[in-house]
Amino acid sequence: MSESGGTEKRGWFGRLRQGLSRSSTKLAEGITGIFTKRKLDQEMLDELEELLIQADLGAGTSAELVAEFGRTRFGKEVTPEEVRGALAGEIAEILEPVAKPLTPTETPAVVLVVGVNGSGKTTTIGKLARLWREEGKRVLLAAGDTFRAAAVEQLQIWGERVGAPVVVKGAGADPAGLAYEALERARAEGFDILLIDTAGRLHTKANLMEELKKVIRVLRKLDESAPHHCLLVLDATTGQNALAQVETFKSMVDVTGLVVTKLDGTAKGGVLVALADRFKLPVHAIGVGESADDLRPFSAEGFARSLMGFSAAADQS
Amino acid sequence: MFESLSTKLGEVFDRLRRRGALTEEDVNAALREVRVALLEADVALPVVKEFIAAVRERAVGQEVLKSVTPAQMVVKIVHDHLVEMLGGGGAPGLALNASPPVPILMIGLQGSGKTTSTAKIAIRLKTRERKKVLMASLDTRRPAAQEQLAQLGRQAEIATLPIVPGEPPVAIAKRALTTARLEAYDVVLLDTAGRLHIDEELMAEVASVRDAVKPAESLLVADAMTGQDAVNVAKSFNEKVGVTGIMLTRVDGDARGGAALSMRHVTGRPIKLIGVGEKLDALEEFHPDRIAGRILGMGDVVSLVEKAAETIEEEEAEKLAAKVAKGRFDLDDMAKQLKQIQKMGGLGGIAGMLPGIGKLQKQIESAKIDDKMVRRQLAIISSMTPGERRNPDLVKASRRRRIAVGSGTSVQDVNKLLKQHQEMSRMVKQVSKLGQKGLLRHGLSALRPGGGFGPKH
Repeated sequence: MSESGGTEKRGWFGRLRQGLSRSSTKLAEGITGIFTKRKLDQEMLDELEELLIQADLGAGTSAELVAEFGRTRFGKEVTPEEVRGALAGEIAEILEPVAKPLTPTETPAVVLVVGVNGSGKTTTIGKLARLWREEGKRVLLAAGDTFRAAAVEQLQIWGERVGAPVVVKGAGADPAGLAYEALERARAEGFDILLIDTAGRLHTKANLMEELKKVIRVLRKLDESAPHHCLLVLDATTGQNALAQVETFKSMVDVTGLVVTKLDGTAKGGVLVALADRFKLPVHAIGVGESADDLRPFSAEGFARSLMGFSAAADQS
Repeated sequence: MFESLSTKLGEVFDRLRRRGALTEEDVNAALREVRVALLEADVALPVVKEFIAAVRERAVGQEVLKSVTPAQMVVKIVHDHLVEMLGGGGAPGLALNASPPVPILMIGLQGSGKTTSTAKIAIRLKTRERKKVLMASLDTRRPAAQEQLAQLGRQAEIATLPIVPGEPPVAIAKRALTTARLEAYDVVLLDTAGRLHIDEELMAEVASVRDAVKPAESLLVADAMTGQDAVNVAKSFNEKVGVTGIMLTRVDGDARGGAALSMRHVTGRPIKLIGVGEKLDALEEFHPDRIAGRILGMGDVVSLVEKAAETIEEEEAEKLAAKVAKGRFDLDDMAKQLKQIQKMGGLGGIAGMLPGIGKLQKQIESAKIDDKMVRRQLAIISSMTPGERRNPDLVKASRRRRIAVGSGTSVQDVNKLLKQHQEMSRMVKQVSKLGQKGLLRHGLSALRPGGGFGPKH
């Protein structure tokens, strides 16, 4: 039970860089290898495209980015630094509009957290709760994953850690009923934020998506504007299927923003670029580890530059 | 996305088909689409490149068989090679031949589905192999992880090792084995904490668990939705812990599962099992040909082509072709087609082989076409006189009653069949305009509901 251990404080970019260092280094080495003192020709562009593909940017997005890049720089003598900088710049440009932190203003603000199985919903809720508790907010958690074994217990442990009460019903209970009760309590007892956990569900399961819709319908009986935020938690390890996930969740339950988890591995989360380009959904935060303070605001430039292997000298964003 | 890919490949292959010859250019054009398809299916780039190179070598210069179009030829080569890379024939089972208790170690990233998979495998071993199974959670990191396995054990009536708070993973593993030996368990499933493959400390920890228990199987549990990173994950786990097999989870989603190919390729280890749902019995063996079709996004087109070629006897096809050329299609011909369907493994079997399976199967369900219906329809036709079969217009009210009684069906069923026949023969007339060569292809597509065969009412 040492999930919150190792809470040494560092700048968020430092943490992110540490988390991303492995992937960025590899990517950077690759690009450096390709571009040292060479003219930018088609072969190099192809290789560059492959590097982007390997970062999970997807075949389409990679091709577009490289085409744009080639248009402006084809035939020029380029240094690795320039190449990386320019690409980071283009990626940051795509990401910039979606880098929006989550700052709930409603009282109580209802935040519904959804996603496929194993994406990291409960852990993300724990981290968000911690963040908002530190800001002095009163946070209530609702253990809406009544399906998976011990999901309730998992959230309860997080509740104890961060000092947030958890609304609980028995296993197999109706998540909509639980959400309703939780909102009633949040209003009655003057909580600032209600975070509702939900069971993981594949976006392809129509019945489970209906269940989620019901949660929302029931919440709206108490507050027509609820849920004020509907966060989709995405695993950075996920490949191109993330596009299908976002598309379906967005159309079914009106997702308002994304949290991308597990960015501390070698997975680069490049699909985020395609997601930003296609869906324009805000990316509120990224997860770079298992402990409670491993949730970071998402910075477009930081993410893009870090992805391109730039050193901490860029740590101003 | 799934569908648009099939379409894209279809377009390329259509172009090939029209040209009617398989040149290097054709192959390259097709392989460009295949490359994108594989990448969109999340097959890792290095694996894609090797794959494409191998297929190009095989395809260019390949003599195109008379009976198939060049397009089908390319599809077949791509598909066959993919199946081969995924492990060829059948899935090897779990290695349980060691002396009991046989330890099985479950490893993987966070959230890949280890704990659920552990319970699924336990149930399978218990019910199918009559094994006495003990499960133990070595996940001391994620809150309530041990409790999760304990709850699953209670649900599934599988024994779990009692939880001792604060006990480190290696000690839990040893205690599990000791308990299993004393209480005569056949198999011990060890569920470990999710860990990043680059987390040296945790990888060392799981390696020491491995050294302590010497597992007969170390199953890498991986999410079917995994992207390009699948190669890094599989490689690291294989190097640092040793992987004996792969379990792919969430195959019930719509991810195309390219990670399966990547991981199989970099580890050389077989994919042994797949998870296909949240329920604890949603566990299946891995079939390379199914995943191959899925990765390519085209169903099992190749086997369909092959099966059709095997079963449709040339002679009959020619006879039918001659009739169709004249725009004629009587109930005898329909009976022959229905028998072909039966030979090919029934409608369910065929539907499973067609692209866009999910959609099609739904349509079939809603159209209530099933194999029983095919049998019933054959019974109706065989209750007719030869004259009636050649000239369905003869079949009026009293004859319909007689046929219904004779075949043990109702007049409505007879009506339905006649209506279907009308639709089919109308379509056949259209096909006949395309000439004899087009017959087999369109004959097959006629099986699709909406293509003229299924009842439309």
